[in-house]
Amino acid sequence: MSNAQKHWEKTRSLLFVTLAIWFVFSIGIFLFAAEMNEVTGPFGYPWTYWFTCQGSLGIFVILCFWFANRQEKIDEEFGFNERGDD
Amino acid sequence: MIKGKFIDNLPKVYGIYTGGFIGFIILMAIGEQMGMSAKAIGVAFVAFTIFIYALIGYLSRTAQADAYYVAGRQVPTVFNGMATAADWMSGASFVAMAGGIYFKGYGYMALLVGWTGGYILVATLLAPYLRKFGCYTVPDFVGTRYGGNLARLCAVIVLTVASFTYVTAQINATGTIASVALDIDFKYAVYIGLISILLCSMLGGMRAVTWTQVAQYIVLIIAYLLPIFWISNKMGAGFFPHFMLADEVARIGELEQQFGFVKNSAADLATVPKGLAGITKAHSAVNATPWAFISLALAMMMGTASLPHVMMRYFTTPSVKAARKSVGWSLFFIFLLYSSAPMLATLSKLSLIDPTLSTGIIGKSFAEVQSIDWFQNWNQANLMFISDFNGNGTLELNEFFMGGKAVVLATPEIAGLPYVISGLVAAGGMAAAMSTADGLILAIANAISHDVYYKMIDPKAETAKRLLVARVLLVVIGFAGATIAAMEIQGILGSVIWAFDFAMSGLFFPLVLGVWWKRANREGAIAGMVLGLASAIWYLVWVRTGGSGFLGLTQLTFGIFGAGVSLVAMVVVSLMTQAPDKATQKMVDEVRIPTGRTVTGK
Repeated sequence: MSNAQKHWEKTRSLLFVTLAIWFVFSIGIFLFAAEMNEVTGPFGYPWTYWFTCQGSLGIFVILCFWFANRQEKIDEEFGFNERGDD
Repeated sequence: MIKGKFIDNLPKVYGIYTGGFIGFIILMAIGEQMGMSAKAIGVAFVAFTIFIYALIGYLSRTAQADAYYVAGRQVPTVFNGMATAADWMSGASFVAMAGGIYFKGYGYMALLVGWTGGYILVATLLAPYLRKFGCYTVPDFVGTRYGGNLARLCAVIVLTVASFTYVTAQINATGTIASVALDIDFKYAVYIGLISILLCSMLGGMRAVTWTQVAQYIVLIIAYLLPIFWISNKMGAGFFPHFMLADEVARIGELEQQFGFVKNSAADLATVPKGLAGITKAHSAVNATPWAFISLALAMMMGTASLPHVMMRYFTTPSVKAARKSVGWSLFFIFLLYSSAPMLATLSKLSLIDPTLSTGIIGKSFAEVQSIDWFQNWNQANLMFISDFNGNGTLELNEFFMGGKAVVLATPEIAGLPYVISGLVAAGGMAAAMSTADGLILAIANAISHDVYYKMIDPKAETAKRLLVARVLLVVIGFAGATIAAMEIQGILGSVIWAFDFAMSGLFFPLVLGVWWKRANREGAIAGMVLGLASAIWYLVWVRTGGSGFLGLTQLTFGIFGAGVSLVAMVVVSLMTQAPDKATQKMVDEVRIPTGRTVTGK
């Protein structure tokens, strides 16, 4: 397997991991919205309510930066890192 | 004061700008104390900010294609994040979102999840790859990846349908705000809004839009957050509302129990002015089925990843790496506003319905409510209405009606904040609507000038001529949008959501599979775009004309059906026709690697 192919393999598995986390917090948890809302969560808000107004949104922000960093590491590993600029 | 290149001095430039804006707010507050009229403050806020944007637009003028189409590809990540956030958060997000949450609660909050979660799709599936591709517009990617003018044209058509649906709503919003703040007729205000929008983009294209959008983000986020923190502190609800409103949320639940949701008769409701609604749904309880919530969130997420005016913002970063980071920053800046909207809805609702608060009106006598100043103002503006359905002389929860916009526009006044805040909010709403409208009009005009005119009609055209065509189109599309907006066909939010559904139906899979599936070919992409968009339009018309729909897909989520058709059509047709040639396959390989020259060779 060539360098580029290996790079793409790793890139793809990162995609699957990222999308799996995304799926859980954008779709998965809301299958149990009614049950989850009965329980008190962070800062005293009901769990589901908290997820819709802060939780999921905040997790997406973190996930997005985490993904960017992981992908940069993968690019570096295979010598595809870009120089300079940020 | 400022030496060297503009790009190197960005933090300083926008730091001074932010300081200047805060200084202006303080100046207006002093003016108010000294007897400046409310109307003068409103006019000053809107006029001053528009003047600044126009100035930035003028200073960013350019005669180079690279600067006009992609801002010279040198916008740093954080600033591109701010510009994208302004591009993204429309007049609807600013003015109508808190109102939607106020009235519909949980079911509506699917939009918050959808409009943020979509950025994960943007970051992982598309933005870095399209940046590597090096295209000027989204149809440019489709046209080059799949080859042929027909594919390019289809992409232009989908882009135009989706963006145009969206832009009329934005021009409408600028018109609404301009007409309130400047106190002129809506029909003329729409065109004042349009001219302000064009001032920002005409001379400098993407470069001018980028730097005005950053300025607009700063105005809109200050205008959104300042009143929320102030109101929360004034009500004693907590100095950092986001972490401290649990008691207030619980209290609203209690009051809902106490009052109950009394259903009004159809005859009674017929007397309520159009566009106003009462509180009929629980604030924090789960009031929608899992599928209703998930389908709406999913449609918005896929729509986010297909809207060209957002995607093209990531063409302006210096590198692929920067494009990825920039998505994170965009999402962060969007998060700041979206996580605040539910807090504003909570504060607004509690201040109106809690009888133990001095601002609460439920439970008071009609005569008393009608004598309140702010009630008279907003009643006159057609955003508040009360009617004694049961004739007991006391205002009940089901007898109070409000327009969605009032949550953002009226809450500061209800809470007794000085008028300077209302002026600030008007400027913020204007900034939100203008920045989105600019991005959209530019996306359409660029697609037509670059993809249709330059790539299909006259490939030998000189840069000066291309940019002239681009500018003429900008004006034409702007006026077309304003003319339709002046007819006031639908509410702000309805058409915004349709734009997402149209975009995802036609573009989501052709874009994603273009990167992630080498076997995808021209015939498949054309089938995907044409059948996707056509089936979406068919479904929307069917549901709007009394059709029952299926799978619980409504006129807000019909994009899921359209995108499904698009996926099936694209895969089936691709597999039935020839695989793409070697050159195309190599192009896809190139796109997947961050380093090296862009695919289009620029």
